[in-house]
Amino acid sequence: MIAQTFDGVKNLIIGLGVTFKNLFTTPVTISYPEVKRIMPERYRGRHFLNRDENGLEKCIGCSLCSINCPVGCIHVVSAENDPERPVSPGERYAEIYEINLLRCIYCGYCEEACPVDAVVLREHYELADYDRDTYIATKGDLLVYPEPNKFKVNILGNTTRI
Amino acid sequence: MLDDVIDFLEPYTYLIIGSVKALIIAGALLGIVPALVWLERRLMGRFQVRLGPNRVGPFGLGQPISDSIKLLFKESIIQSSADKFLFHLAPAIVVFTAIVTFAVIPFGEPITVFGQEIGLWAANVDIGLLFVFAISGMGVYGMVLAGISSNNKYSLMGGLRSSAQMISYELTLGLAALSIIVLTGSLNLIDMVNSQNSYPNILIQPLAFLLFFIAGVAETNRAPFDLPEAEQELVAGFHTEYTGMKFAMFFMGEYINMVTMSALVTLLFLGGWNAYGIPVWPIIAFSGKVFFLLFVFIWLRSTFPRIRYDRLMTFGWKVLVPLSLLNLLITSVFVVL
Repeated sequence: MIAQTFDGVKNLIIGLGVTFKNLFTTPVTISYPEVKRIMPERYRGRHFLNRDENGLEKCIGCSLCSINCPVGCIHVVSAENDPERPVSPGERYAEIYEINLLRCIYCGYCEEACPVDAVVLREHYELADYDRDTYIATKGDLLVYPEPNKFKVNILGNTTRI
Repeated sequence: MLDDVIDFLEPYTYLIIGSVKALIIAGALLGIVPALVWLERRLMGRFQVRLGPNRVGPFGLGQPISDSIKLLFKESIIQSSADKFLFHLAPAIVVFTAIVTFAVIPFGEPITVFGQEIGLWAANVDIGLLFVFAISGMGVYGMVLAGISSNNKYSLMGGLRSSAQMISYELTLGLAALSIIVLTGSLNLIDMVNSQNSYPNILIQPLAFLLFFIAGVAETNRAPFDLPEAEQELVAGFHTEYTGMKFAMFFMGEYINMVTMSALVTLLFLGGWNAYGIPVWPIIAFSGKVFFLLFVFIWLRSTFPRIRYDRLMTFGWKVLVPLSLLNLLITSVFVVL
């Protein structure tokens, strides 16, 4: 019985140790509106269209993304490039490139299908809005890439943006 | 004119000093409750790898104030089947006994102000420890009356549980304190502190300290012994039917009891305001020890799950009481020899 008692007391002390250790760890809470989580590198958030090193649009208007899309939310209309002032490095470019973000299921098949790595899904995840019309992402929206947020946590558990 | 007033007041100096001290102590106790609530919520958060309240004011310091304002402005609902008089009386008893208990707690050496020696206590009573137990025993009435007058089965169960629990654990509390009384030969709390000048009692009475602290946690209805208000089984126990400030008064009673119990453990076992070589003011040493014990109270709450009711009783009667009796016996034998 004495051995049992000592075992019980030992377990109680171990429990106290666990909570005491927690006192000196950084909290798991993220103060969301002020601080935004860093998403994993391959997180599938909003779409973006890439540019190449010369500043030209990578998209060549092949519509493979549109064909692969399981819900049919991508609309591509391609046009011939003007050889004097090319928009993309290929023969053709996407004159209209629209994604219906309400219909999109964020599966990433467009990204997989793209032969020139033009369309990508990045870590941006705050997609709520008041207006349905804003959910049609046009080329102007897709070609801009805002940097995601970074933050640090201090010992008190308060987080600041850096 | 002024001389006349001073001459008239001269024989009543002790009365004036006493009233001022009483006011300061009661005010400080009521003021410490929001601070303690804040500390508890903040610390609990950190113990559970959360943040705790941090929205209102810097570090969430405004949270208890906003909570108090909310409670003050809440509608006070009394269900028609309740016994109105007892229903109002119960929270008053809880807070009253909690504050009165603190009257005999000394928290520092006497200081001299304007040639007048002022002891840092409300009353220097020779039966100090007995007074504490007597008044804190009265606190049970508040909970039982709250349970009965609510006319609600959960409240009644909570009240019954708290009476059974507090009566069982008061025994251990008294017996553990008795070993210290045997050692000191006095019931006066100031004498007890003075007898610990060279070393604190915890060094020679570690078992009594442990028993006293466990019984103290049970006596203040704190987790893991918070059965009277076990929310999974009893909704909220004896204060299920209480709203607004009357509910807050039960809360206040609990927190003041926590402070009193920490102060009592400090006085009996940790040497009161003796700093043992560390150069701090006696009152700082005392409050530091009390603060540490409050921290332990919160630490225990965030670590341990509530124990089952029958186990609570078994633990109290079959483990704590025999152990404290044994401890008392051994101490008495050593003192006599």
